[in-house]
Amino acid sequence: MAPSITQHELQQQLVRELVVESMEYLDQFDQDLLSIENRTNDEETLHRIFRAIHTIKGSSGCLGLRELERMAHAGENLLSWHRDRAMTPGAETVRALFRFCDALRGLIRQLSNTPEAAQNVPLTAEHQQILADLNSLHQALKQEQLGTFKESAGGSYGLFADDPAPQPAPPVARATPVASGSDEPTAKSGVEAAVASDVAIRVAVSQLDILMDLVGELVLTRNQILGHTAALLNPGMAKSAQRLNLITSQLQENVMKTRMQAVGHVWNKFPRLVRDLSKELNKPVALVMEGSDTEIDRTLLEAIKDPLTHIVRNSIDHGIESPERRRAAQKTPQGEIKLRAFHDGGLVVIEVSDDGGGIDRERVLRKAIERGLISPDQANGMPDREVCGLIFAPGFSTAESVTNLSGRGVGMDVVKSNVERIGGAVVVESEPGRSTTVRLKIPLTLAIIPALLILAGGNRYAISQASLVELVRIDEEKAASAIEHIRGCPLYRLRGQLLPLLYLREQLGLSPDATGNALLLLVLEAEGRQFGMIVDDILDTEEIVVKPLGQELKSLSVCAGATILGDGRVALILDVLGMARRAGLLEDGRKKPAAEAGFAAVADTEVLLVHIGANRQVAVHLDSVARLEEIALDRIEWSGNSEVVQYRDSILPLIAVGSVLGVPPAGDARESGKIPVVVYSHEGAQYGLVVDRIVDIVRCAAAISPCANRPGILGSAVIAKRVTDFLDVPALVSVSGVVSYKSNSWGLF
Amino acid sequence: MSKQVCTFYLENQIYGLYVLQVREVLRYQELTAIPLAPGPVRGLLNLRGSIVTTVDLRRRLGLPPNESDEPATNVVAQTATGLVSLLVDRIGDVVEVEADDMEPPPGALPEPIRSLIANVCKLPTGLLLILNLERAMELDAFPT
Repeated sequence: MAPSITQHELQQQLVRELVVESMEYLDQFDQDLLSIENRTNDEETLHRIFRAIHTIKGSSGCLGLRELERMAHAGENLLSWHRDRAMTPGAETVRALFRFCDALRGLIRQLSNTPEAAQNVPLTAEHQQILADLNSLHQALKQEQLGTFKESAGGSYGLFADDPAPQPAPPVARATPVASGSDEPTAKSGVEAAVASDVAIRVAVSQLDILMDLVGELVLTRNQILGHTAALLNPGMAKSAQRLNLITSQLQENVMKTRMQAVGHVWNKFPRLVRDLSKELNKPVALVMEGSDTEIDRTLLEAIKDPLTHIVRNSIDHGIESPERRRAAQKTPQGEIKLRAFHDGGLVVIEVSDDGGGIDRERVLRKAIERGLISPDQANGMPDREVCGLIFAPGFSTAESVTNLSGRGVGMDVVKSNVERIGGAVVVESEPGRSTTVRLKIPLTLAIIPALLILAGGNRYAISQASLVELVRIDEEKAASAIEHIRGCPLYRLRGQLLPLLYLREQLGLSPDATGNALLLLVLEAEGRQFGMIVDDILDTEEIVVKPLGQELKSLSVCAGATILGDGRVALILDVLGMARRAGLLEDGRKKPAAEAGFAAVADTEVLLVHIGANRQVAVHLDSVARLEEIALDRIEWSGNSEVVQYRDSILPLIAVGSVLGVPPAGDARESGKIPVVVYSHEGAQYGLVVDRIVDIVRCAAAISPCANRPGILGSAVIAKRVTDFLDVPALVSVSGVVSYKSNSWGLF
Repeated sequence: MSKQVCTFYLENQIYGLYVLQVREVLRYQELTAIPLAPGPVRGLLNLRGSIVTTVDLRRRLGLPPNESDEPATNVVAQTATGLVSLLVDRIGDVVEVEADDMEPPPGALPEPIRSLIANVCKLPTGLLLILNLERAMELDAFPT
């Protein structure tokens, strides 16, 4: 009963190979045809596209795929006619060939979906039309040539009526410069092809996944062996273990590399896309690609394919203006789309920029208000960065009319969620009237994500750090009173804002924790809303490899996957956002504090009032404040040019707010031996803002009048009967020039 | 035509899977519990880097829990969608069975065993119940 490969299975396998191979040929075909259309082809191009179609025809014939063969045959006829005469196809022929290429692709795709019915994919009317077009073009060309013979051969026509091919002299029509050298390039490319197959072989992705898994295990085993050998004190063993260590690391690195693919693989289809769109919309567009050899994990590449396509479409449809408008704006009539990819730290950055009209601030705001995404008050004075961010809001589209390309209101929000799902980020920058740039930041590999390990009911679980905002510990004595309830719904006041809570034990169907210990709270963020999750214990951060769960567990909605921890045990990765969504926590509630900057956000929120210098009152947005401290003067040390203190196992650089803003010091502040410091945390780094006196926390609904040209200050308002400057903390930090010390602990407690 | 069957025991009854379905047999393994998983799912095990769901076959077949102190054995099997591990009392021999000795499960068998057995094989030593693996792994209907 051992399964020998049956005839049927063999056929299936061959069809699968044909599909993969033909798709590659057709991609190349597209590119070559483009170069012919742009007249940038060389003599080899024509041979190559002929060979591509010839091979597809051959393989489909062998497998008995008659319809596909018939289609390919028609194209081959037309191409061989051109090739034999070394004649570049004209515009009409190229158009027909593009349609032909799409039709072939469609047929082949059908094969891959339903291999059972492979032989019987019927040709549609559209296919028949393309066939007829190709044939009539071929006939017309023959006729045209006959006409030239008629003239040259005088009255002896009819002699060639059946078959003009044996005629030795090539016709004059648009011959490429070297007509006689047709044999040589073919031979040469044969050699190239042979070499290519010698240096590279095709490996199934599943095979690479298995390798990755095995290497991961090998690393764990190695770690265990290293632990044991340290105890053994055997020099020979230690030496071997050291070697094992080295080899394993290199093996891991190289196996990771096998999964990398150049972004060019996805970009390849853009020249064609841009061509089609620019024809359709009558906007001439040039496409420039830089860094197409930048490599990125295959799975990630697959994941950003659709978002990238969408962005490119958007850029042409909405970004680039019509040639008339471009001329009016004194730009070249031809627009430009630029794709750029490069490495930046541990990330790959992919940019799509166009030199179009940019994002029209007023139009975006108007639309956002119309759609109820923001209130008119919020719109007033919203920073440009946030205005650009609005285009990612669900249901947002500024297209004045719905075209068949874009403008249906789905799109950029999908792009954003797709990119965020793989741990990436999207930002848009725009220079009105000049350009728009969409920047994707993608991690190098999907497989590994930073995670926080937590404990619930004696089991370890991993939570992706992407959604984690901060960790809060509520002491035992406060634990009982810290959590308030409205009709059974638990809430916590986090710096004055209500935070809805979930108990992880409850979510996992475990009995509640009755130990009465300190409460540990994760503050998480999803879809612009924050919520808290109470866990038993917080263990550590770890880079984990995400692995899928089996089909049997597909109904398990609390998990996003599983991972293997350093000790070889399995831990589940929790889908905390899914939990929150099901609990209804994301429907309404606490909006994420709209970035640190932003006047709209400052209005009607809580602020911390501090004094700087003798009596100058300054307000700090409370969301910028992690903690208030008093630091003894003798704890202050120096690092580089700035004062620092040791703070919670890391280094806290101090920024004297007064000296940055140019306020003379009060003088008496340091006499007490202690200075008040506002701890501010930003992107994992912490800074201490040194002030002279901490006054109060007040709710402020004052209108802020923006001020120009005062770095570090957002604007001013009247609070508590005094004129108060609002600090722009991120700007203040960058103006101060203080270096950050990224803490590898979680910082905010 | 004969087929090879990997046999194992549950409650002293002999069951089997075709050897081509069986990937390997493991002694007791540390499992990670899965909250809210269907009842028969006992946890996840790490099989050289792959994460494999482990199902308590006694519970799946509606048998009482194993009272003996002997740790359960994992039979790792290949389904259409991936690997699963079945917890059984102990592993048996690989036996050759003839197609002529096979019969569909008799209607008198109680559920859920009847629908989870593909064939009953009449061995000289007793009756071997051959498991319908794919159906045994349909766990959606199970409460947690």
